[in-house]
Amino acid sequence: MFFRMIRGALTRQRGKMLMIALTIALGASLATAMLNVMLDVGDKVNQELKTYGANITVVPKAASVLNNLYEVEGGETTEGAYLREDELGNIKTIFWAFNIVDFSPFIDTEVSLPGGGTATMVGTWFNHYLSLPTGETLYTGVQNLRTWWDIEEGQWLDEVADGADTCMVGAALAKANGIHAGDVIRVNGRYADANLRVVGVYDSGDDADEQIYAPMEIVQELSNTDGYLTSIEVSAITTPDNELAIKAAKDPKSLSVSQYETWYCTAYVSSICYQIQEVITDSVASPVRKVADSEGAILEKTELLMVLITILALVGSGLGISNLVTASVMERSNEIGLLKAIGAPDRSITAVVLTEIVLTGIAGAVVGYFVGFGFAQIIGHSVFGSSIEMKAMVIPLVGVLVVVVTLLGSIPAVRTLLRLDPTVVLHGR
Amino acid sequence: MSLLELKNVSKIYGDLHALDNVSLKVDTGEWVAIMGPSGSGKSTMMNIIGCMDKPSKGEVLLDGVDISKESAKSLTRIRRDKIGLIFQQFHLVNYLTAVENVMVSQYYHSMPDEKEAMQALERVGLADRAKHLPSQLSGGEQQRVCIARALINYPELLLADEPTGNLDEANENIVLDIFSQLHKEGTTLVVVTHDPEVAEVAQRTITLGHGKIMKDMINENFGR
Repeated sequence: MFFRMIRGALTRQRGKMLMIALTIALGASLATAMLNVMLDVGDKVNQELKTYGANITVVPKAASVLNNLYEVEGGETTEGAYLREDELGNIKTIFWAFNIVDFSPFIDTEVSLPGGGTATMVGTWFNHYLSLPTGETLYTGVQNLRTWWDIEEGQWLDEVADGADTCMVGAALAKANGIHAGDVIRVNGRYADANLRVVGVYDSGDDADEQIYAPMEIVQELSNTDGYLTSIEVSAITTPDNELAIKAAKDPKSLSVSQYETWYCTAYVSSICYQIQEVITDSVASPVRKVADSEGAILEKTELLMVLITILALVGSGLGISNLVTASVMERSNEIGLLKAIGAPDRSITAVVLTEIVLTGIAGAVVGYFVGFGFAQIIGHSVFGSSIEMKAMVIPLVGVLVVVVTLLGSIPAVRTLLRLDPTVVLHGR
Repeated sequence: MSLLELKNVSKIYGDLHALDNVSLKVDTGEWVAIMGPSGSGKSTMMNIIGCMDKPSKGEVLLDGVDISKESAKSLTRIRRDKIGLIFQQFHLVNYLTAVENVMVSQYYHSMPDEKEAMQALERVGLADRAKHLPSQLSGGEQQRVCIARALINYPELLLADEPTGNLDEANENIVLDIFSQLHKEGTTLVVVTHDPEVAEVAQRTITLGHGKIMKDMINENFGR
């Protein structure tokens, strides 16, 4: 009989129940959208920030000592100090390998141009195919790390299609020397010469406008540094630094065993740097502080904003549900009065009313979840230009939220009804 | 033997004595009509007898138990086990069919039994309307469902509040015939009414006025 009553209430009062379900669906959709976006926003913002370049630079230890002496940050190199090219793949074998989004090696040398001038020629990967011992394959290089470059002529250098004897020339250098995409230029290095076809002319807005970028092996040949490189730029998804990370960055040995484990197993930029140093011989990996700090600050603020919006959305939808449920339950005072008059115990009346509302709430939550996931996609595409990942943990979270909010919303109404005097509703006294 | 006994019962709201030192006895199997104008205390008496209210003073013995001293929880149990209620406004659950409305009363009493509920509807001549919702039934039919619901648990006392107040003459006669039949079967009936025609068919008529019993008489034409 209990279920007949529930079924009767749900099927024969469709309009009223639909209204409750719709309100709950609206609340659930807001909660779903905001929770999905909130849980995905960290990765999204991080990915967005990665387009602004590398946040870790790896240089040889000898170069780093000199850099520290002269308080130079970043990858200034020193003649004679090199990293080993064959160890590059190790970067993708560290504990936080999946947080390494891109990386690219660099080696530079001075070359003279036919016009009599000189320029810095940088050897690097453009879109290098990498097959790792772990079985993972990826394309990495400056195409991903220099997304802000504006290709003024030609196109990005494609390592496979364009071959080795190619290069890209900075806009300022190209203008000064009358170089255009498609030209073949002769460069004279200290140990060899090469004829290189210019695939593209780029505008970087920095010192690179005065440089030539070419595949690694060309520059290694010109500088007789086969198998060596002067720096590596790494783009990694990191967790904002806290006190532990700052302490560890100064000296990991100062940490206790448990602190060390926590730090090592968290994607702090200092932890990732430390792990890179472990796999690249005689290297010093250091964060590009300006980028890393800005990323952390932006991420923290964005996440805080999303948390606040989510809480507000939940409170708002909770109040809406509560009001509607209260109004709906109060409308049934006659029915409740009758049930009390014919001897229904309070707990039975409560069970019937709450079961109906919770079932309606669950139906609303299911609809709201899918609608909310749609909202999340709209937010994802309009704000981040990509989809929001469906987070499994949102399903039980929204379920629990809806049940809790629905039950909490029902409590005042149910309490009022339990205090209801059947004589008042049955005789109108 | 008395099924119901009121001893010096008063119900006081501030300065108003809705019932003022009322005493009466209703024997098992008796059919009593309680009459009186508006404000005479009929509904107050019905609520007290029906275990939905407690007197301010006095004792109310139902089947030997003083219900004026019982807790709200006990009164709920007594209502469920001993009393069948019939209302002027019918008060059916609007999303349940006729038979389901009868079964609700069984559900809270013991176990719902659809076959038995159908027999109760058959008894009031509504077997063919069992699957209809209250909105699909006429006033008279709704009142008959209400009677079937009141009877389903074999109550010791059937308490009806203006049972024909919302019915036309034809339906009024149907309901009174059912009451007559129930009386013959030994059911104790207390019917609150302001309609002299309804009171006339009862075995005994008690007239209230200003919260007091003004008249208590046996209907000489009863059963004719």
